[in-house]
Amino acid sequence: MIEIRNLVVEIEGQRILDGLNLTVKDGEVAAIMGPNGSGKSTLSYVVAGREDYEVLDGEVLLNGENILEMAPDERAAAGVFLAFQYPLEIPGVGTMTFLKAAMNAQRRHRGEPELATADFMKRVNNAAEGLGISKDMLKRALNVGFSGGEKKRMEILQMALLQPAFCILDETDSGLDIDALKIVADGVNALRSPDRSFLVITHYQRLLNHIVPDTVHVMAKGRIVKSGGKELALELEANGYADYRNLAA
Amino acid sequence: MAIVTPMKTPAETSLEGAFARLRDTLPGAAAERRAAFARYAERGLPHRRVEEWKYTDLRAALRDAAPLAERPAAVPAGAPDLGAPRFLIANGHVLSAPASLPAGVTAVSLREALTAGHPALSALGDPLAAGNAAVELNTAFMTDGIILTVESGVTVTEPLHLAFVNEGSQPFATAARVLVMVGGGASVTLLETHQGPAGVAYQPNTMVEIVAGDGARVDHARLNGEGDAAIVLSSLSLRLGRETELTSVNGVFGAALSRHQVFATFAGESAKASINGLALLSRTQHADSTLVVDHAEPGGESRELFRTVVDDEAAGVFQGKIIVRQKAQKTDGRMMSGALLLGEASAMYNKPELEIFADDVACAHGATCGALDEDLLFYLMARGLPKPEAEALLLQAFVGEVVETVSNEAMREVLTGRIESWLKARAAR
Ligand SMILES: Nc1ncnc2c1ncn2[C@@H]1O[C@H](COP(=O)(O)OP(=O)(O)OP(=O)(O)O)[C@@H](O)[C@H]1O
Ligand SMILES: [Mg+2]
Repeated sequence: MIEIRNLVVEIEGQRILDGLNLTVKDGEVAAIMGPNGSGKSTLSYVVAGREDYEVLDGEVLLNGENILEMAPDERAAAGVFLAFQYPLEIPGVGTMTFLKAAMNAQRRHRGEPELATADFMKRVNNAAEGLGISKDMLKRALNVGFSGGEKKRMEILQMALLQPAFCILDETDSGLDIDALKIVADGVNALRSPDRSFLVITHYQRLLNHIVPDTVHVMAKGRIVKSGGKELALELEANGYADYRNLAA
Repeated sequence: MAIVTPMKTPAETSLEGAFARLRDTLPGAAAERRAAFARYAERGLPHRRVEEWKYTDLRAALRDAAPLAERPAAVPAGAPDLGAPRFLIANGHVLSAPASLPAGVTAVSLREALTAGHPALSALGDPLAAGNAAVELNTAFMTDGIILTVESGVTVTEPLHLAFVNEGSQPFATAARVLVMVGGGASVTLLETHQGPAGVAYQPNTMVEIVAGDGARVDHARLNGEGDAAIVLSSLSLRLGRETELTSVNGVFGAALSRHQVFATFAGESAKASINGLALLSRTQHADSTLVVDHAEPGGESRELFRTVVDDEAAGVFQGKIIVRQKAQKTDGRMMSGALLLGEASAMYNKPELEIFADDVACAHGATCGALDEDLLFYLMARGLPKPEAEALLLQAFVGEVVETVSNEAMREVLTGRIESWLKARAAR
């Protein structure tokens, strides 16, 4: 699915990703854990195509194709989806207007016809219901005045509607109450399939009880310093990152 | 001591010649016109060293003053149908009025009123605008227009449409004047649309005066859809009685250069006014919104919201002055101007001002100016929207907030349609 090779990224002359390697196979759920500031969000932004970063070296291959030269909308159409750590509020842009624009833009990219309004409404209402998103929220401007947890659920709603191939969830669990965590995890699990992969960034083992990963990677100072199975997350929860900080140095 | 006589520009010389030729043939008594022209002539055409015209140098822009247009023989096309009784004012002359007017509404042409006399004429002219070149020139040259009267206590359910249409293949000038007298407790919606030919440097100068009685409700919306080479002056005078509520929204799309001036006087206690505007500018367009809001009586509430989108080498100007007189305690005034600059050479000049002489007031103003938010753009693009579409969505939201303040649905649709075509044209470039 995705193969990241020797990725070196700087921002304002400061090195954030320092030769990062990571492979996520088709259908795999990979978790990344790592200390604050180790570069997890940076990695997700670089894969999604945010501009502020300077990529000095390396490749990001999506099904064999290097996506680093693509604009963010092209990457989205190719199947990349990032659930933001901090979803943005967009005043004046209605949630439904936005969802429709996003779904149709991707369909156009792929040469598919635009959705009929009734079909669109049905899809949104079904997905929203499963995630406990009220009709009232859908009527408001995108994320404006939403609580932290509501914003995270809205990210998952978008993911469910856009049906991406490679999904990055950047701390989707932070800000969620216990029930919402379960709802969101169920939403993600429902999307698991042999041709869809996930990169789940989290600080807490708790999420991984619900979304059970195939692999767990530890990131420190801009590199993956240890990879293992789901038991690695338990070990980190018990011992912290002390052993790994030094590995990256 | 040397006496400095400033050189007259060709436009100023033309204006003088035109006035000398026309003053006795234009309708009504010449005395008022002469006085107005004299007030204009004291300083001539305003230029950038005149404080209120600092960002809109009319003297430089008006290379010559075009001749005043005659009454067109045929009815020009192009005025939008807003599904409302419509007055058609072509090149400054009234061509048609609705066959029937809503109950409680009367209308007479300004030409007729000036020729035969009319009681409302004494209300013509706004002291707050005295000495303003655009206003004085309109008074000196006004050819025709409408005097609309809404009887006290009448709720006019149908909006009234003032459709200004310009036509001609050579430069021409117009000077139309409208006076709307809204009786106490009456309620009315006024829609103003302005259009004209592309590629012709015509020069409309219109003035609309709304005198609203105690407890009246007025909704006013205006569309500047003038031709792309026009040099457009427009003035709006608002005089509000006690507990009057008024909204005025101006949408600017057309003209090479436009200046829309609003003079609002809170002449009665506890009046409320929202004066809003949006502008979408491209190429080398220049659009100026200048407001003077004069709180003369206590308890008034004024709100101004302006949104300007500037692309290419265009320039926007917002000048807003809130005056709170000593007597006008408990005034609540809030003025906000925001601009988005899309081109590297795009410019916006914001000048909000407060002049407060009372001590118990709440007044605030703010001005913002910047590029589209990169983070928002990235968020939208990361969901698959191509950049032009993502930008269009954000721009639409930005000016949409002003469109929402237009109460009339037909007018909202016209404005929304104009915004959409502007955004489409931009995306296609
Ligand atoms: N725009 C920027 N300018 C300068 N430094 C930046 C910028 N963005 C990120 N950084 C720095 O890059 C480093 C990595 O940040 P990043 O957000 O990727 O960390 P993270 O692993 O996601 O942390 P957290 O667990 O707290 O979310 C941090 O030291 C951060 O300060
Ligand atoms: Mg982060």
